[in-house]
Amino acid sequence: MTSHTFKPDLPPPSTSVGALGWARANLFSSWYNTLLTLLGLYLVWLIVPPLVDWALLKADWSGSTRADCTREGACWVFIQTRFAQFMYGFYPAELRWRVDLAAILAIVGAAPLFLKAMPHKVRYGIGYLIAYPLLAYWLLHGGFLGLDTVPTTQWGGLMLTIVIAAVGIAGALPLGIVLALGRRSDMPAIRVICVTFIEFWRGVPLITVLFMSSVMLPLFLPEQMNLDKLLRAMLMVVFFEAAYVAEVVRGGLQAIPKGQYEAAAAMGLGYWRSMVLVILPQALKLVIPGLVNTFIALFKDTSLVIIIGLFDFLNSIKRATTDPAWLGMSTEGYVFAALVYWIFCFGMSRYSMHLERKLDTGHKR
Amino acid sequence: MRTTLDATPARRSLLSDPKARAWLFQIVAVVAVVAFGWYLFHNTQTNLAHRGITSGFGFLNNAAGFGISQHLIDYSESDSYGRVFWIGLLNTLLVSVIGIVLATILGFILGIARLSSNWLIRQLATVYIEIFRNIPPLLTIFFFYFAVLAPLPGPRNSISLWDAFFLNNRGLQMPAPSAGEGLWPFLVALAIAVAGVLLLYRWARARRHATGERFPVLWSSVALLILLPGLAVLVAGQPFSWQVPELQRFNIRGGWVIIPELVSIVMALSIYTAAFIGETVRAGIQSVSHGQTEAASSLGLRSGQTLRLVVVPQALRVIIPPLTSQYLNLAKNSSLAAAIGYPDMVSLFAGTVLNQTGQAIETMAITMSVYLAISISISLLMNWYNKRIALIER
Repeated sequence: MTSHTFKPDLPPPSTSVGALGWARANLFSSWYNTLLTLLGLYLVWLIVPPLVDWALLKADWSGSTRADCTREGACWVFIQTRFAQFMYGFYPAELRWRVDLAAILAIVGAAPLFLKAMPHKVRYGIGYLIAYPLLAYWLLHGGFLGLDTVPTTQWGGLMLTIVIAAVGIAGALPLGIVLALGRRSDMPAIRVICVTFIEFWRGVPLITVLFMSSVMLPLFLPEQMNLDKLLRAMLMVVFFEAAYVAEVVRGGLQAIPKGQYEAAAAMGLGYWRSMVLVILPQALKLVIPGLVNTFIALFKDTSLVIIIGLFDFLNSIKRATTDPAWLGMSTEGYVFAALVYWIFCFGMSRYSMHLERKLDTGHKR
Repeated sequence: MRTTLDATPARRSLLSDPKARAWLFQIVAVVAVVAFGWYLFHNTQTNLAHRGITSGFGFLNNAAGFGISQHLIDYSESDSYGRVFWIGLLNTLLVSVIGIVLATILGFILGIARLSSNWLIRQLATVYIEIFRNIPPLLTIFFFYFAVLAPLPGPRNSISLWDAFFLNNRGLQMPAPSAGEGLWPFLVALAIAVAGVLLLYRWARARRHATGERFPVLWSSVALLILLPGLAVLVAGQPFSWQVPELQRFNIRGGWVIIPELVSIVMALSIYTAAFIGETVRAGIQSVSHGQTEAASSLGLRSGQTLRLVVVPQALRVIIPPLTSQYLNLAKNSSLAAAIGYPDMVSLFAGTVLNQTGQAIETMAITMSVYLAISISISLLMNWYNKRIALIER
């Protein structure tokens, strides 16, 4: 008896494997795809080489005055000499260590929260959220316990942007959650109040709200009471973003099946306990992408405080580009600003993706 | 073991009764809100009295006395604040409408490009979206205004195109049409052509439903739209006479001017919003199950037809609600124009008029209600459209 053996398989044609095969499948699969690829390549060729030339190869990197910018590319000297102003605004130079220390403490203090093996994480987190703002206020503003006062009119640069964004997030999240719960409440009066609040703030642009903070808020408050300009702006940012947070959280609350509410009630939990222990943990986890999107929007929106004359990061750059000694540096200035904003926003969106994957319990369809 | 069943329920305090508590909470909340409102009102009254400001909308009839760089309706400095309101409103609407149209076109192209089978196109669209949605729109506006348009040459050294279009740091100057002798015949012919196209479309659809035969609607419509007005022009003469801008000693006079503020804000807002619309469109198209595409290709539809006849109509239902909120965002973001001095609602009313009259409450109330009204109209319009295209389930 002869045993039949198959011949070994022929290798696939060389045009369908490897780099060539990939290119055929992904770039040149049909005549219009070929056309699109060529068009795309032309676009890349049009944008990328001049950009690299301008930003890197033909740029000036070292020097201290406008005269040092002799080459035809970008003049990064401008950014270098103004860097401190972009970061701190008019914060007194000899006191800038306080800002640095506040930033370092924020990072060091928050780091344990990202460790997996950290015990008592919740307790530590709550303690941190209470202690750090006080500490930061003491360091940045001062005025007691041996630190000199730095009035908020001297705050500026990236530091101010981050302060507004951080206060905005820290204030808008709890307020937004309360508003969302109020909007889903069984009590009609509470519901009406919350809906009115949310829809009003969502219907008007932030700029008009900031205008309102500078021209109308002083009218609303008693005469002797004079709120700080920055504080007024932050208050408005918190209210404005809280309305958006509330709508995102409401989406999460609506997505929780009714059985969860009923189960919590059946366990004998009251309203607040069932919300805090059962509903909100699930609802907030569902809406992480939406919340982070809101926070990214908030970070971008902080740039609008330029309207009421606060010197945030963007305004510091805008002001520096109008300096007679550095005229014609707008492109460099705004490209640098775009890069910084982009790093923050892109970082946040990547972190939210990571968090989403980490918290995914596999219940999603 | 002995158990006792207490027949009478334990005496409960009124506070532990859910209904009573609900009432209590609501009364407390309403009283707090009313008290807070009254407190604000009272403060405002005293503050206004101290500053000697009389409230009311009478100031709207006073002469404004300042110039406006762009007005779609006639305006002079002696006109009233009321007219300034209409100019601001029209300018805001102009930015919003142009922005929405451009952002929608660019956004749909981006969304489809992100799903392209072509790797390079997909990557280019992704890079665009990731760059522009992570940069504040105000920064993009500043970039166009201060870094791109401001360094353009002055009027004397304008970049000129066929000696009719001039691009300089005061904007884009272009020929302005004014009514010529053949305007009316031209307009009538155009109206007839449009009506003809609509009738043709309905007839062709009815015929296709009845017999399955196709009629080349697109080509015949184009022919109709070119032929009829063209004929009118040949018979009755030119519909428009063009007023071409002319270079004078210091400036360019005549024609229409698109001011650089308008260009920067429209470009920045459409580029920014298009990135978000692109993602919305991609998500919508991806939500249409792959089986639909396969079914369409097994029916023999080509990929363009599949997209147009099968995928997009189903995807639109998912796309419309988030698209609405993008439109709303764009309309609200048009207020960023105030930062570069484009004469929109905010910079005219909450800016100049407020500073001149000191009527803070009235001007802010007017400005905010305009945006509330715009927001509500857009969402009503889109809700109506959404209902129209919603899936009719059997």
